[in-house]
Amino acid sequence: MGTTKIRTNRREFLRSTATAAGGLFTFFWLQPTKAFILVSREEGVTEGPWYGIGIDIEKCIGCGKCAAACKDENDVPKDPFFFRNWVEQYTVKKDGSVVIESPNGGMDGFTQSVPDDQVFKSFFVPKMCNHCQTSPCVQVCPIGATYDSPEGVVLVDEESCMGCRYCVQACPYGCRYIHPKKNVVDKCTLCYHRIKKDLIPACFEVCPTGARIFGDLNDKNSELIRFLGEKNVQVLKAHLNTGSKLYYHSLSMEVL
Amino acid sequence: MKIKIPPQINRLVLLFILVTGLFLIVRQFLIPDTFGDLGHYRAASLEDNSDIPLNFAGGAACFDCHEDIFDLKEQDLHSGLSCETCHGPGQAHVNSMEASDIFIPTGREYCGRCHDKNAARPTDYVMQVDVSTHNEGLDCNECHNAHQPWELLR
Repeated sequence: MGTTKIRTNRREFLRSTATAAGGLFTFFWLQPTKAFILVSREEGVTEGPWYGIGIDIEKCIGCGKCAAACKDENDVPKDPFFFRNWVEQYTVKKDGSVVIESPNGGMDGFTQSVPDDQVFKSFFVPKMCNHCQTSPCVQVCPIGATYDSPEGVVLVDEESCMGCRYCVQACPYGCRYIHPKKNVVDKCTLCYHRIKKDLIPACFEVCPTGARIFGDLNDKNSELIRFLGEKNVQVLKAHLNTGSKLYYHSLSMEVL
Repeated sequence: MKIKIPPQINRLVLLFILVTGLFLIVRQFLIPDTFGDLGHYRAASLEDNSDIPLNFAGGAACFDCHEDIFDLKEQDLHSGLSCETCHGPGQAHVNSMEASDIFIPTGREYCGRCHDKNAARPTDYVMQVDVSTHNEGLDCNECHNAHQPWELLR
């Protein structure tokens, strides 16, 4: 049985609590958190490419070849509605409403559904994994099965993934899905197997108008850096600070 | 001053050390070998992701055998297109050299994928026609050589 008195000294208690709180406050003050994350490489990592993507909405003709090529290159199952890469059509009607369509991800092309006289403006938006620098999907994985490769490509380790779907929920761009046969997470890998052989990803290869630009953000002479400098670029959901490396030119407000 | 530690505390501390020790030992077996080399992931997975076979061969692969068609294409408006844009994945054809291993597009619907009139298509990047009314009944190939589309055949 305990025979020690319960401490009743109020001053002692307040002193120890204040010390603890003060220590905690100082600790957090010394470790500032960044308000806005600028997309920049980690310190110390200077060699090797760091990949980014540019998409020019003004040039996209909505042929859907990028969506089809991705499925062909990466053996993505054609049947269920899962895409690593898809195209959406936005039609702003004269009455102000917006119609968004993506028939089979745009893989078979588009046909115009809204008659010409009701269309105010219309455009195509190809979407894919943004390969974010501070990606929410990488942050939430409980076991480190998805990660940011040294080249800036967000990849999935299929052997480790346990299919908890936390990352599928976390991605704000909706680009991850569960592979119906393998039951692990699948997503755009920026054709990692191609870029390692100095080829470009399949979707960039087949774009007929050059609306999609793939490049090395570290290379000052690359087409992508020129694109970022010359054009007005934006990223999707900038307020979420994902550090997205997919830059759109001429993105209209309806998409954001 | 001698502080008397109750035996319960002794047992708890011992238990804590035992459990932590067990955890550390089991952890050694369960964590994969290359984990942590480059970051919080299994570094060998980078190789797994690179070892996938190619299906698209890339624009330069066609040039070696089909230089004449390549030159034809470069002179006309389809010059910016990669061969595989219309012909589909070409790696199987590069491997086997068989004509049957690559897709040859035919039919009006195929060309309509890009060229059909659509309000969302920018007119300065693609020529557009109304596929349902433009020269009905004829196949696109009868008037246009796909590799040199403005050199009309009829």
